[in-house]
Amino acid sequence: MIALLRRDLMLATRAGGGFGLGLVFFLIVIVLIPFGVGPETAVLSRIAPGVLWVAALLAALLSLDRIFALDHEDGTLTLLATAPVPLETVAVAKSAAHWITTGVPLTIAAPVLGILLQLDPDAAVFVALTLLIGTPALSVIGTFGAALTVGVRRGGLLLSLLVLPLYVPTLIFGAEAVRRGADGVAATTPLLMLAGITAGAVALLPFATAAVLRINLR
Amino acid sequence: MLGVRNLSVARGGATVLSGLSFDVAAGQALILRGANGIGKTTLLRTLAGLQEPTAGDIMYPDDEGAYASHADAIKSALTVRENLQFWADVYGTSVPDSLWDQFDIADLRDRFAGTLSAGQKRRLGLARLGVIKRKVLFLDEPTVSLDGFSVRLFVDFLRQQHLSAGGVAVIATHIDLELDAATLELGPFAVSRHDTRDEDEAFL
Repeated sequence: MIALLRRDLMLATRAGGGFGLGLVFFLIVIVLIPFGVGPETAVLSRIAPGVLWVAALLAALLSLDRIFALDHEDGTLTLLATAPVPLETVAVAKSAAHWITTGVPLTIAAPVLGILLQLDPDAAVFVALTLLIGTPALSVIGTFGAALTVGVRRGGLLLSLLVLPLYVPTLIFGAEAVRRGADGVAATTPLLMLAGITAGAVALLPFATAAVLRINLR
Repeated sequence: MLGVRNLSVARGGATVLSGLSFDVAAGQALILRGANGIGKTTLLRTLAGLQEPTAGDIMYPDDEGAYASHADAIKSALTVRENLQFWADVYGTSVPDSLWDQFDIADLRDRFAGTLSAGQKRRLGLARLGVIKRKVLFLDEPTVSLDGFSVRLFVDFLRQQHLSAGGVAVIATHIDLELDAATLELGPFAVSRHDTRDEDEAFL
């Protein structure tokens, strides 16, 4: 598993690896929002938590189809399926690699980019916290979606349609926790719900991912 | 070492081969022959455990099978050495020093795999077999895009490293490998498409 994770991270940071893809997309969206919405600070700081969360979610979505597609094309996935590593482990390694290359940079960038949206410093802490808790769920759910569409040519559209509804609970509780945090109201409930979704997804979905991969590799 | 009893294999819900039985003793190779589309790849994938047989049994020691497909599973952004090291890590082995010369890739060690020619990529793909050290190999067209010299390198590797150490190989190929091996003609086991189609399976 460590070998696979290390290889995926190495591939991501080399030429054509798409390491910065999600991050740059996130940056562009956040920079463009004030131009589109207008310079009123009250409006911007009100929509900031939601915008940051939606942008982070879409940025995570952007790199999902690479998770298995490249390995499937060059035959690596078939060989991994016959290798002495369970496909569940492969699924976990793939999710972890996606999270490290997408979720972690987004978590770090979001509070900084929040300045452009007049996000107040208290809320910025919550943005970072919720993204840290929520993005693993995005990666694990996304890996499941990528496994479902592996082998489908141009499966990106199908992947988005399958995965976006599954992202909704994470988005609702993530953005809600930030909003409550910004308003100074107790945010424990949405934070716990968010953590619950992540814990559940991380515990269960690798098994589903492996089962789906087995069917798709037949 | 490898035993197959009354095996039926299916592709896309339709049975393509049935009633296959054969044994391959340790140190022996078996060459599969048959027209395109007869089910050589399907048979090899089934033997390797990538798909379930529709009937029959396959017997070989657990954790000893390895499959090599048409595709080489090479990452072009990694160097030749990194590609092999990855498989060594996955299988918990190491890359033997003698391997570089055996497959004539010693000079390519630190090149990015993306810059290799088709034949060089194929040699790198086959070198993986020397890294993972499995006893039962299922090889699908291993000599595609190899020149005569490289084919001999590969056959030498099979004979000296693999078969002589008690390994087994089942090889689907159209060329003569000059390997002292039994040949299995798949033609008599082929199932005509129309009478065996299972509608439900095909639909799913």
